[in-house]
Amino acid sequence: MSDVTDATTAKRGPTPDDGLRIADSKDSGPVLSADGTPLKKSLRRALRMEKLRALALIAPLLIFVMISFIIPIGEMLFRSVENQIVEDTIPDAVRELRQWDRDEDELPPEAVFEAMYHDLFTASEAKKHTRLGSRLNYEESGMSSLFRQSGRALDDLGDDYLDALEEIDPDWEEGTVWYEMMSGGEGAERDTELSSRVVGQISNLEETFLPDTDAFAPSQAISELLPRTAEAYTRFAVFEALVDERDITDRDPWENVYPALIADMKSADVSGYDGPHADMLRELKSNIDDFEAPNYKAAFAAIDEDWAAHETWATIKAHSVRYTNGYFLNAIDMKRTPDGAVSQPEDRQILVKLFQRTLKMSLIITGSCILLGYPVAWILANLPTGKANLLMILVLLPFWTSLLVRTSAWKVMLQQQGVINDTLVWLGLVGDDSRLIMMNNATGTIIAMTHILLPFMILPMYSVMQTINPSYLRAAKSLGATNWTAFWRVYFPQSIPGIGAGSILVFILAIGYYITPEIVGGTDGVFISNRIAYHISSSLNWGLAAALGSILLAVVLILYWAYDRIVGIDNVKLG
Amino acid sequence: MADTDNSDAFVAFERVQKSYDGESLVVKDLNLTMPKGEFLTMLGPSGSGKTTCLMMLAGFESATHGEIKIDGVSINNIPPHKRGIGMVFQNYALFPHMTIAENLSFPLEVRKIGKSDREKKIKRALDMVEMGDFGGRRPAQLSGGQQQRVALARALVFEPELVLMDEPLGALDKQLREKMQFEITDLAHNLGITTVYVTHDQTEALTMSDRVAVFDDGRIQQIDPPDVLYESPQNSFVAQFIGENNTMQGTVKQIQGKQCLVELDNGEEIDAAPVNVNKVGERTTISIRPERVEFNKERLHADAHTLKAEVLEFIYMGDIFRTRLRVAGKEDFIIKTRNAPDQRRLKPGEQIEIGWMPEDARALDA
Amino acid sequence: MKFTKTLMATTALTMVAAAAGADDHMADELTIVSWGGAYSNSQQKAYHDPYMEKTGINIINDESSPEAVAKLRAMNEADNITWDVVDVVAADAIRLCDEGLAMEIDPDEHLADAPDGTSAEDDFGDLLVSDCFIPQIVYSTTAAYRPDLLPDGAPEPTSICAMFDTETYPGKRTLEKRPINNMEWALICDGVAKDDVYDVLATEEGQDQALAKLDTIKDDVIWWGAAAEPPQFLADGEVIMGTSYNGRWFSAIEEQDQPFEMLWDAQVFDLDGWIIPEGLPEDRLNRALDFIMFATDTQRLADQAAYISYGPARESSAPLVGKHAELGIEMGPHMPTAPENSENIFVYNYGFWADYRDDIDAKFQAWLAQ
Repeated sequence: MSDVTDATTAKRGPTPDDGLRIADSKDSGPVLSADGTPLKKSLRRALRMEKLRALALIAPLLIFVMISFIIPIGEMLFRSVENQIVEDTIPDAVRELRQWDRDEDELPPEAVFEAMYHDLFTASEAKKHTRLGSRLNYEESGMSSLFRQSGRALDDLGDDYLDALEEIDPDWEEGTVWYEMMSGGEGAERDTELSSRVVGQISNLEETFLPDTDAFAPSQAISELLPRTAEAYTRFAVFEALVDERDITDRDPWENVYPALIADMKSADVSGYDGPHADMLRELKSNIDDFEAPNYKAAFAAIDEDWAAHETWATIKAHSVRYTNGYFLNAIDMKRTPDGAVSQPEDRQILVKLFQRTLKMSLIITGSCILLGYPVAWILANLPTGKANLLMILVLLPFWTSLLVRTSAWKVMLQQQGVINDTLVWLGLVGDDSRLIMMNNATGTIIAMTHILLPFMILPMYSVMQTINPSYLRAAKSLGATNWTAFWRVYFPQSIPGIGAGSILVFILAIGYYITPEIVGGTDGVFISNRIAYHISSSLNWGLAAALGSILLAVVLILYWAYDRIVGIDNVKLG
Repeated sequence: MADTDNSDAFVAFERVQKSYDGESLVVKDLNLTMPKGEFLTMLGPSGSGKTTCLMMLAGFESATHGEIKIDGVSINNIPPHKRGIGMVFQNYALFPHMTIAENLSFPLEVRKIGKSDREKKIKRALDMVEMGDFGGRRPAQLSGGQQQRVALARALVFEPELVLMDEPLGALDKQLREKMQFEITDLAHNLGITTVYVTHDQTEALTMSDRVAVFDDGRIQQIDPPDVLYESPQNSFVAQFIGENNTMQGTVKQIQGKQCLVELDNGEEIDAAPVNVNKVGERTTISIRPERVEFNKERLHADAHTLKAEVLEFIYMGDIFRTRLRVAGKEDFIIKTRNAPDQRRLKPGEQIEIGWMPEDARALDA
Repeated sequence: MKFTKTLMATTALTMVAAAAGADDHMADELTIVSWGGAYSNSQQKAYHDPYMEKTGINIINDESSPEAVAKLRAMNEADNITWDVVDVVAADAIRLCDEGLAMEIDPDEHLADAPDGTSAEDDFGDLLVSDCFIPQIVYSTTAAYRPDLLPDGAPEPTSICAMFDTETYPGKRTLEKRPINNMEWALICDGVAKDDVYDVLATEEGQDQALAKLDTIKDDVIWWGAAAEPPQFLADGEVIMGTSYNGRWFSAIEEQDQPFEMLWDAQVFDLDGWIIPEGLPEDRLNRALDFIMFATDTQRLADQAAYISYGPARESSAPLVGKHAELGIEMGPHMPTAPENSENIFVYNYGFWADYRDDIDAKFQAWLAQ
């Protein structure tokens, strides 16, 4: 690190580039090298080799840093805004919802429910609807079970229609019949546009790329005649063929094609249709008045009354964007609503408070590390090497013990029936019934973390102090300064780079600490990282965890920038 | 030996001893007085105790025994910052985080001198060392010589009566060092400051000092003006340490007043001046400066004893010739001759006879 | 910067080592993830050892169950699943199932029938709380106290509400640092009928009511994060009563002779069991299914109870529960399911907490931080 400080003061030595610059500055015609090539050119060639060699040397590290550091951080930043799951899972419903004006106190139109029915049916066949439920449950409690239960109950509507269809013609149950009718038989013109749209939707749903093969495409005629049915069937066919890799020619379609068929038939004119099984359609058409058109709104309301709640749909709409600020809003105790960002209710506001506490306590920890570490570093730097090494071992000792062991040891020390309290009671300094509470609160966190992070403060301070020649202090005293003045005006300013380096190190480590606050922090000694850990491992709300992490990263960068502006990053030395 | 008459002494060491470990003495029974305005150099090999003496004077080390006085007042119990002694350190010890002006201002500030006074004094001090334009710079932006001047200015800016310098020119190259030697002595004399200067470079000591104290083994071996020191070393250590020197071992055969006859170990006899020998039969070391050896017989006394010598090597060094001889069985006998038009250039293999004025060969302790 | 470089170098080495170790899934190995400690030990003896002996397959133990959900998701995203069978609590199994990270299991196809011919589905009964979950044990979160630390003359506590009664039982108590269970107990002790608890808790007012009740003892509570802590707190005399898993209390009382008394009142039943990660290649899937079939049959589940005081999840296993393998004491009375212990019980409401966990947790944490 010393080269950082030197860079500003020391005269720059010659670098390979100097030659280039000098060569460039010559304007009196090209200078030639011994073999006749222009000097500039051969110099460049020589330098290129040097640069390539340098690059090759750092390449392993560069690749390593890219893979292990830059890419994960980029991914974290991306995850904190990414929200494609809603549109990928229920694409048509999201499209239809855009038309819905949520400000009115009405439920979305039937078209939204219909699209939701088919989307949810497909998602539930792909077992993706519960993921969407979990995602939306972060925003609105109850979504998780709403989606889970609805996925199971969606079959009922179709089953009812199938029973009725079978009464007209048992062939409606036959998978082969459906396949023939939908594909239009050999040589029929295909609706490839619908097919590739569906393949795209299924690809998004499955989060894999599915090749747009001609796995299935309905005939153009049937697609025009029975658009809803054709789409529902195509979803079934493409999914089964491409994802489950099944033969679809004799498979029973999903139950959602039956309500689609009835809805289509209500308005379709099948008299002119002459594709396969046209007679079945004509027969159905003649009986169509016996069927009630599917009422999806009612069907959903029957599954769960929450589907009839305005709030449910408003939540879905608010979170149906592909990129959301929702996680960041959550991270600062706000939430994304259909009406824009609003504050969380007061009794749910916790994260901003935790951010503030994390910063405040990290500063306190850094401060106490400076206070405790400075004299130690000073003694280390001024002792003969042998003794200093021995002391250094004592300083480093905590490094050689597992973090968990150290923290647990502090627990034994600090608890109310612990070593320190026992000693104080024994000495009669505190009464047995007024033992000090030093753990499971902020004090415990500060004590334990100061101890754990102290070496990170001492080491840079020590290595900086080692470079401070003792003659500076002598000089100051010979010039008439008292011990204190000599220290404060001469020694201390020179040790600031060490304090700066130690502080940055300790502060950044402290701000992200998690195990120690978890164990000894109790309720008012926990940090924001504990919430991040909760969202990573318990709630699986990785988007929010990523947003919290991004904010933490930003805070560190801002503080680093502020430090650079105030103290100057050149004033940081690790030795 | 050191004079103990301290009637006009400004600085005085009285029977000072220093031990770090309680077992051995680094400084043994030091007595030294300096009149006001003197430029005294402490010269000696490393470990001879010279720096310890300086540090005791500055207050960074305490004397184990004895007293150090300034202006007749014992300073043993006065902390360094109250001694009012200016000091220049080997590595200059300019405060790197302060500008040059701030460095100079520091001793004035701690003395609570007002701002305008401070500025005046700083300007005067910087001008004195010709660094007037550099007040705003940082030490790291200056060359070694410039830093040296600033260090000097800082040590002088609060107008101390006594200035200590601890090998201040050690880090400079030869040319700069010579220039600075001159400037420092000039300044010290002009300002009338009493100066204690520590060095291990004998040339520096000889050219700068009013008096030189040669230290060895915790004692002052000799304290004298440079010319006396060079020409009349009191013992073989001083003779060896100051300047170039030929030595020969022998036994005293005869003493007659200021002259004695010494029989060398190979049986040859030469004349010498008895300095440290008292009686016949004593072992002695003869010390002769190379430039005092004569091989031109015409320039020697007729009855002077001469030695046979064989020329081994002739080195042309520009202003002088340096010739190495085999004398009395030893092959490291050097003579120096001035490069003059009539000077003879000896050739290797040539057999000559060498001799000297008896007072130039000093019979010292064995 | 020296330090940073050292750190990076270490990380690099670890990663290389991890990468080297990750892909060696041998043909005759099975990686089973569990909780470690006494619990893994009981599984090792009841399931793993006999299975290895029977099949020659080598079982590799991984103690990652506490982070299983997050790790499975990460493995799934990296498309590199290195686990074959994972032991998780039911709530996690539901979450994994919802996320599509655990495979759906057909009990009658993949699990053994009871010896008397009862189908697996009927034998497990209500405990099949998720399509992906194969129940293994019933454990409970329940309270225990130190009689010797109670004030003189105070009656032995008989109800969970002693936890909220700081007048009769002054002193610190320890509760788990999460809303689950605590909120229910708070409501019950605030006069809400047991059957109404979740209806009440689903409302804002109900949540506020529960927190208000908890607020009355907030200053007297030490919150625990790991289940090993409460027995330690109680043993050190840091607290006078607290909650933990019944197996932890059992081992403290019976194995370490701690002077604790169990307070089974309003114990909350929870389930722990296996899941199989979604997306295993066929050969590994078959091995995992074979292991599951073996390890969850009636006898094996009963065997596990000889090493740890958790009740087997099959009805048909209950009569087979015998004595502790080392202590030689009858395990039946120490089971949370024993009739005298389960007079007043609560069953973890998975559906409710799946929906309300994050929301109430935020509220709970905000309350804690006040």
